[in-house]
Amino acid sequence: MTGVDTETQRIKVLVAKLGLDGHDRGAKVVARALKDAGLEVIYTGIRQTPEQVVEAAIQEDVDVIGVSILSGAHLTLMERLMSLLREYGADDIPVYLGGTIPIPDIPRLKEMGVKDVFLPGTSLKAIVEKVLEAGRERRGRVRW
Amino acid sequence: MTYGIEGLIKRSLEGDRLAIGRLLTIVERNPEGAGKVIDMLPGDSDFHVIGVTGIAGSGKSTLLNQLITSYVSRGERVAVVAIDPSSRFSKGALLGDRIRMQVHATNKNVFIRSVSTRGLKGGLSFAGVAMVDVFGRLGFNRVFVESIGIGQADVDIMSISDTIVVVTVPGLGDDIQALKAGVMEIGDVYVINKVDKAGEEANRTYEYLRFAIESGELGLRGGWVPRIVKTSAVLGEGVDRLVEVIDEHRDFIVERGLKREKDLWRRRVMVRLLAEKMILDQLMKVEYKSGGDLYMDALKLIKNVVDRVFQRSIQ
Repeated sequence: MTGVDTETQRIKVLVAKLGLDGHDRGAKVVARALKDAGLEVIYTGIRQTPEQVVEAAIQEDVDVIGVSILSGAHLTLMERLMSLLREYGADDIPVYLGGTIPIPDIPRLKEMGVKDVFLPGTSLKAIVEKVLEAGRERRGRVRW
Repeated sequence: MTYGIEGLIKRSLEGDRLAIGRLLTIVERNPEGAGKVIDMLPGDSDFHVIGVTGIAGSGKSTLLNQLITSYVSRGERVAVVAIDPSSRFSKGALLGDRIRMQVHATNKNVFIRSVSTRGLKGGLSFAGVAMVDVFGRLGFNRVFVESIGIGQADVDIMSISDTIVVVTVPGLGDDIQALKAGVMEIGDVYVINKVDKAGEEANRTYEYLRFAIESGELGLRGGWVPRIVKTSAVLGEGVDRLVEVIDEHRDFIVERGLKREKDLWRRRVMVRLLAEKMILDQLMKVEYKSGGDLYMDALKLIKNVVDRVFQRSIQ
């Protein structure tokens, strides 16, 4: 497996379900794949508000945020999430979105600052690679 | 973004959670940084470290969620270090304790941080212990450490907590006997959780535990007689009684002068874990570099470190 990072550089990722949406099979499968690739995955559970997700992300100081939405409310929810991240000064954390997202909405989401959108059918391998790369990049960027 | 450790500490002491989160990352990933952080934080703070341990699925996180509610309603600041195992294969981890406590995520007086065991048997890494210390120095009144705490390893949750809460569930029957040599002998408080699911069985478990305590088989440390509390964490039943008992134990150790001892012991454990980590990190490097005479190289390194430490302590 990819477990290439040394112990102290292990990449930390938050996997969250946002909004009134209990369909968490996809999020759990992705969380599991990331764990198996050697990442530390924090799972927040279902029906989270943007505030809860941002708070969890800053308290855990994660390197990547992965959000799963299958409810259709992605534009409203992501807008709020991204603006909260900026408000907290935590917009150096890359955000990925997965779920049933209509393709025409993708440019709007990227404008908001979402790094990439994983549509149904995206391979776990592709997700793991992108998250790992973004996580490493963020970890390298953070300076105290 | 650059803050510098000084800047992060200043903001953390003001309660800025982004800063606290990043400070904890320094503590977690950089042992020298951890030393600096601890050194720069106030050292005279008085805080209560509560270890919550017990088998997987016994309801520790759900119970902790209830305890947080109780303490916060009393106006206290509560921190949680939630430890979950990392995979021995991928080294990755799925940290899921937070799920049960997310209702407190936006509470300004609560801070929850997940830590993986990173392969350590006792479930405690240097980072975990150092985080407990940092939370205390940042002014959190109660610092909870949640871990499955296997109880067999020499350094575990017991050695760094003021009060140990062991969570069990009804229906383990004879397993209670088997558990005695491990987790079941370290508790100051025993919680029988999920009593809503098994009324009669819960009474039996209660009797098993009471018998074990009365017959002196459960450690009577410092003269404290362990308490047993029945709870249903999902329904919030028995939680008030649990808080009462935890307070009683804290008063007990403070009155007997044991609290100070425990504080000193925790620092000692922290130093020991740090020493182990630093030496092990060096040893791993030896392995990668030479390969040939690995055994002798490693031995030389250990000897070197020990000699230097002793020379320094003599000076």
